Amino acid sequence: MTPEESYGVLLFQSVSYAIKAEKILLAAGLPHKLIPVPRHISSDCGVCLRFRSELRERILAALDGQVEIDAVHPLK
Amino acid sequence: MTQDLLYFDNAATSCPKPPETLRAMRRFMEDGGGSPGRSGHRLSIAAGRVIFAAREILAGLLGVDDSLRIVLTKNATEALNIAAVGLLKPGDHVITSGMEHNSVMRPLRALEAAGVALTVVSCSAAGELDPDDVRAAIRTETKAVFLTHASNVTGTIMPVAEIGRIAGDHGILFCVDAAQTAGALPIDVGPMGIDLLAFTGHKSLFGPQGTGGLYIREGLEGGIAPLMRGGTGSRSEFEEQPAFMPDRYEAGTLNTVGIAGLAAGAGFVAAQGVDDIRRREEALTEKFLAGLRDLDGVTVYGPKAASRQMPVVSFRIAGLDPAEAALKLDERFGILSRPGLHCAPAAHRTIGTAPTGTLRFSFGYFNTEAEIRTAVEAVGRLRAW
Repeated sequence: MTPEESYGVLLFQSVSYAIKAEKILLAAGLPHKLIPVPRHISSDCGVCLRFRSELRERILAALDGQVEIDAVHPLK
Repeated sequence: MTQDLLYFDNAATSCPKPPETLRAMRRFMEDGGGSPGRSGHRLSIAAGRVIFAAREILAGLLGVDDSLRIVLTKNATEALNIAAVGLLKPGDHVITSGMEHNSVMRPLRALEAAGVALTVVSCSAAGELDPDDVRAAIRTETKAVFLTHASNVTGTIMPVAEIGRIAGDHGILFCVDAAQTAGALPIDVGPMGIDLLAFTGHKSLFGPQGTGGLYIREGLEGGIAPLMRGGTGSRSEFEEQPAFMPDRYEAGTLNTVGIAGLAAGAGFVAAQGVDDIRRREEALTEKFLAGLRDLDGVTVYGPKAASRQMPVVSFRIAGLDPAEAALKLDERFGILSRPGLHCAPAAHRTIGTAPTGTLRFSFGYFNTEAEIRTAVEAVGRLRAW
């Protein structure tokens, strides 16, 4: 992460949903990365999906109705 | 497997497995064998992808739209126990058939002892179920019908789509035991009216033992309690089991290496096509049935028609105990079969072969016509001993 880049993360109920989202985003050609959920966002032990902030709307649109999303957070 | 063995026990477990199954399991372990959904590092995520890929391929084979509706279990028995024990409560009524395996019968009998009313609908001596008898057994408090898709004793294929329609018309849940059919007979949960489908991984889906699953139709999980509770890698801050699919039913680390093999085995099935597999196994069954028909002193049980049964044939040789016959076949011919009651005493009572049972030959995709000829010859020669 370079200082000028801004990221957000999507939280899911479980890793199954995160991987389902990953598959859809790969097919849609939208860059992203599965990372451990940062402790300051949630105490959960699973993974979340990190994306560049400028892709937020496109990523949410691609996943709409396909995967249940728990929460969207900016990553600071 | 040793080259000179003839394996006719595919209804117990398929053998051999396609090389893809073994390769996938080996690759998973060699690549690190991470814990799925637990940590978030690359090996954990890789394991999660293996699990997800398995759900997707299984969903495709079973006509399930959302692969997260598939719970992965250690076998069909665990899946059937989740369905039966999780769903049925004292005061409920449940219907099953007289052809069930103990994986259905034992949980239902235990529930019966706890106050669930149970009706076992009789089947014909060929193991066939008349849908009208199921309709007649329905009461106002009937909660579910539990039915095998095909008997593991006679291979008899049950009228699943018709029972699904009857259950749907009456607002009753329909749970199907697909242990003998998943991967070997087309299954489409929607059109067949199936609400719950239990399957094993190690038979016609060509996975290893220790794999299986349960499809649960959308909206039903609220009324089905999990058998076990524990770590899921999700909702870790809460001390209550998650309510969502599939984590609700997947407490504890999954058998990821087994599931890697199952995904590859199911992928093999998808690549061959279930219809082609069915055609091939039906042809082998027809050939074997035709061969036995010409042998005096051999009594075949079940439909005796390849189109109405799985590649499972139960028979007896006059004057020969099935266990003795199986031992001779193994020792003298290298033919592996299964004698006895096949964990299905109800089915043997139905076809009139309890308590001794029958000798069962069950074929698979990798058997050949030449092997079937050898099998018929061996049975013919056994009569003389």
